Amino acid sequence: MSFPLLTATAVLPAVGAIATAAVPAARRSAAKWLALLFSLATLVLAAVVVVRFEPGGARYQLTESHAWISDFGVRYELGVDGIGVALLALTALLIPFVILAGWHDADPLEDVNPNRRWRPTQGFFALILMVEAMVILSFEATDVFLFYILFEAMLIPMYFLIGGFGDRAHAGGDEAAATQRSYAAVKFLLYNLVGGLIMLAAVIGLYVVAGSFSLSEIAEARASGSLSMATSTERWLFLGFFFAFAVKAPLWPLHTWLPNAMGESTAPVAVLITAVVDKVGTFAMLRFCLQLFPEASKWATPVILVLALISIVYGALLAVGQRDMKRLIAYASISHFGFIIMGIFAMTSQGQSGATLYMVNHGISTAALMLVAGFLITRRGSRLIADYGGVQKVAPVLAGTFLVGGLATLSLPGLSPFVSEFLVLVGTFSRYPVVGIIATIGIVLAALYVLVLYQRTMTGPVKAEVKGMPDLKVRELVVVAPLIALLLFLGVYPKPLTEIVNPAVEHTMSDVQQTDPKPEVEAAP
Amino acid sequence: MSATVVHSLWTTTAAGGIDKIPSPTIEYAQLAPTLIVAGAAVLGILIEAFIPRKGRYHAQLFLSLVALAAAFASVVALAAGGYGTTKKHIAAMGAIAIDGPSLFLQGTILLASVVAVFTFAERRLDPESHGNRVDSFAAQAAAVPGSDSEKAAVRAGFTTTEVFPLALFAVAGMLVFPAANDLLTLFIALEVFSLPLYLLCALARRKRLMSQEAAVKYFLLGAFSSAFLLFGIALLYGYAGSVSYARIAEVVDGTVQSVSPALADTMGNDALLLIGGALILMGLLFKVGAVPFHMWTPDVYQGAPTPVTGFMAAATKVAAFGALLRLLYVVLPGLRWDWRPVMWAVVIVTMLGGAIVAITQTDIKRLLAYSSIAHAGFILAGVIAATPDGISSVLFYLAAYSFVTIGAFAVVTLVRDAGGEATHLSKWAGLGRRSPLVAAVFAVFLLAFAGIPLTSGFSGKFAVFKAAADGGAGALVVVGVIASAIAAFFYIRVIVLMFFSEPKPEGPTVAVPSALTTMAIGVGVVVTLVLGVAPQYFLDLASQAGGFVR
Repeated sequence: MSFPLLTATAVLPAVGAIATAAVPAARRSAAKWLALLFSLATLVLAAVVVVRFEPGGARYQLTESHAWISDFGVRYELGVDGIGVALLALTALLIPFVILAGWHDADPLEDVNPNRRWRPTQGFFALILMVEAMVILSFEATDVFLFYILFEAMLIPMYFLIGGFGDRAHAGGDEAAATQRSYAAVKFLLYNLVGGLIMLAAVIGLYVVAGSFSLSEIAEARASGSLSMATSTERWLFLGFFFAFAVKAPLWPLHTWLPNAMGESTAPVAVLITAVVDKVGTFAMLRFCLQLFPEASKWATPVILVLALISIVYGALLAVGQRDMKRLIAYASISHFGFIIMGIFAMTSQGQSGATLYMVNHGISTAALMLVAGFLITRRGSRLIADYGGVQKVAPVLAGTFLVGGLATLSLPGLSPFVSEFLVLVGTFSRYPVVGIIATIGIVLAALYVLVLYQRTMTGPVKAEVKGMPDLKVRELVVVAPLIALLLFLGVYPKPLTEIVNPAVEHTMSDVQQTDPKPEVEAAP
Repeated sequence: MSATVVHSLWTTTAAGGIDKIPSPTIEYAQLAPTLIVAGAAVLGILIEAFIPRKGRYHAQLFLSLVALAAAFASVVALAAGGYGTTKKHIAAMGAIAIDGPSLFLQGTILLASVVAVFTFAERRLDPESHGNRVDSFAAQAAAVPGSDSEKAAVRAGFTTTEVFPLALFAVAGMLVFPAANDLLTLFIALEVFSLPLYLLCALARRKRLMSQEAAVKYFLLGAFSSAFLLFGIALLYGYAGSVSYARIAEVVDGTVQSVSPALADTMGNDALLLIGGALILMGLLFKVGAVPFHMWTPDVYQGAPTPVTGFMAAATKVAAFGALLRLLYVVLPGLRWDWRPVMWAVVIVTMLGGAIVAITQTDIKRLLAYSSIAHAGFILAGVIAATPDGISSVLFYLAAYSFVTIGAFAVVTLVRDAGGEATHLSKWAGLGRRSPLVAAVFAVFLLAFAGIPLTSGFSGKFAVFKAAADGGAGALVVVGVIASAIAAFFYIRVIVLMFFSEPKPEGPTVAVPSALTTMAIGVGVVVTLVLGVAPQYFLDLASQAGGFVR
């Protein structure tokens, strides 16, 4: 038996989580280094996966399959396609930066708590690694049940990260911060749990209809004609799955938990939510909704496109109106998730490749912007935009990196998000021109909220509280510089990524039996 | 029925001569689990009578554990001997069914009881009183609360070691209950396990009046439900001319036409069947704690000594669901089209009622009581699937649920302030800061109750919902999912309280338990995680045990 590479990419961070949690209370910094070490080792393993993956090869590669709970027809089945590889690599890449950026976020304020068993720092990093393990495994799962279990289980460590380790820069003092934090954590959990439970009903329904949870078995049964779903059954099941993914992604009108969760958590955790965990939702739409329920997906497309459009415009409009930096980025993310979902359901190969690239690029660009914003907020102790001004004169490097992150968010050509946004728009336009045109409003608004944010915080006269603000430290530079380099590189040369993603998208397109619309060229006179 | 018929019956029996009455054949080996436990209970009473007070605690604890372990060993031996599968049959002159569900449930009850006995025997939690270690039970049950005789009993260091034989009697009854194969055995088993439980409920050391109130409520309502059950038995006898399950089932199916002369007027009267069946169902649903027969649950769970609550919530539920399964699958399958709609309604109100009312609770024991009602609803969803999958999923759920429950109540006994256990939820604020380990363990149990994947609660819930959906109750699954979402809210609320609230300065302390409670909680955690991550072996066991003998 060959080495179970995919399992290893998930087991390693899980082991790291346990090891980190076990570090004694007094050895805080040892716990941090241990967590960083494990996340880097996972990154190495993920790189091995990327190298071993052959873009032109079989649809699912590096597969593993073991019996698990045969009573439920559940197998432990792993395999990655190009989309999975891209997101796996993104996750493994971002986690070390998240850990580094959150280096001091969970230090006990002072030794107020005499209890030596209370180990918040160890817990913080252990939970991050736990989330990483579950997210990676969910990108690899080709068994619906296995995926469902991870989809639900990852809520628990996420919930403790949001509720247990809040943003220290809170306007209302500690008491109010604690209240809002636990409100945000509970809202996050309940929204996602309800989505997950509705999916559970659909998962059970799928089993009753198909008798299996394995993607490959279901696809085979469908191809051989032994499995045929009644139209109404397929639609109901699709809705059950889609609802859960739409909550996670999040799609308007199920998005309201995101601004709370991102606003109240620390910047690294906010990155974890929006750049890593939420990607599971959009990824699952591509992998499960389209593949399991192709007819129903096509049936629902018009409604979903409208919801995606509302997300794009509404998220961007609210982002323009935010006074709180982190909530602004959260609403910007909602707008971006609208683009991703639009690209997926446009049912063109450009749209879906674009959506997959968008997931990766949005992860990197949001991480850059959010983490720099986090550094800024830690310095000043406030999340309100109005409390800043003239930062670029005091801390030019910080302001510069913030600008690059912001420009990436508004998809400036030359930075990688431009490529994906362009692909999504082209892909959508070729099939649904009106939708594509309306979506461009989102781009205009993006320029508005990013540039206004930059103008208000970084330019203008230096505010009194901002004076003497230190510039980025080495640790912070180590976090930001590689992300910006990556944004530039993939903006100029996205080929490595598209090569991996495109074959997978073609498979998905053939699942839904769609071909790209032929360009209509008027015959020459 | 005329008097002459009765007379002729009487005389023909008498004329037949005494040798016509067959001597009963009892398969002692197959009844060993019950006999061992009942015998140990009798021995326990002798210990109370003859062993000096100082030695009783250790003698009783040792006897109880050995008896339960021996009984479990004999269950395993019977199962290994194939009595659960190929050799399943009806023993003891048709009174007891030895089959897969019986053995599985008996094994579950015995293991749960072992864990419960650990919590019964815990003597480290309360501070020592007058130099004596004390457990959760009253010094002297007969002493009036607050009276001089009570103070004298406390000063003398008395402890109520009778709880062990009482618990053993209850266990003996519970072992018979799911295996009972005629209605009279069912009734006797019910009384055998109920009466000791009523007593146990009244024995709390702290808050004695509340405990006694709980016991009286439980007794009165329990007596009511027993009466319903008994009345139902009488009506069914009138309908079928027999109390034997197999015989009644045959009459229901219409395969038996011969009418016993004494019951010629009533036999085959469907009104008797329907009313009698409904009354028996009511009696069993009361024990299960299903809405609308659930009113006793919160009061009794709150008032009873917490170890007893844990025992009751786990073992009673297992036994009662076992009996319910056998009744619906063996006696009344021919009536499926009549009981299913009713049970549908019961399932829906039980799931939703338990989950919704639990939201407003402020006492952890009452909260767990309402959560147990909601869980009864989930289990019932599997019960009414009326498929072999339904049986095995219910068996699995019961096994998973009972250990989570005992563990959770064992954690409740640890959190204490000056007045004993601090069960008010506000006192649990910030527990995660003060004792992270205890709070984390309790969080695991709560997540299992909420049915989060990778815990036993999820595997169980998935099994019963799958069985229900397979059995054509897709709508029930949807309601169940909604109820789960509501239930998740209040479980999470407790987690929020424990981890995200600041501890109160004069909050409760967490007592350091002895190895006994630690073991009970440890078993709970291990079972919860193992059944969550790798449930296959136990699912196999449950599905092998899925066939009732007729």
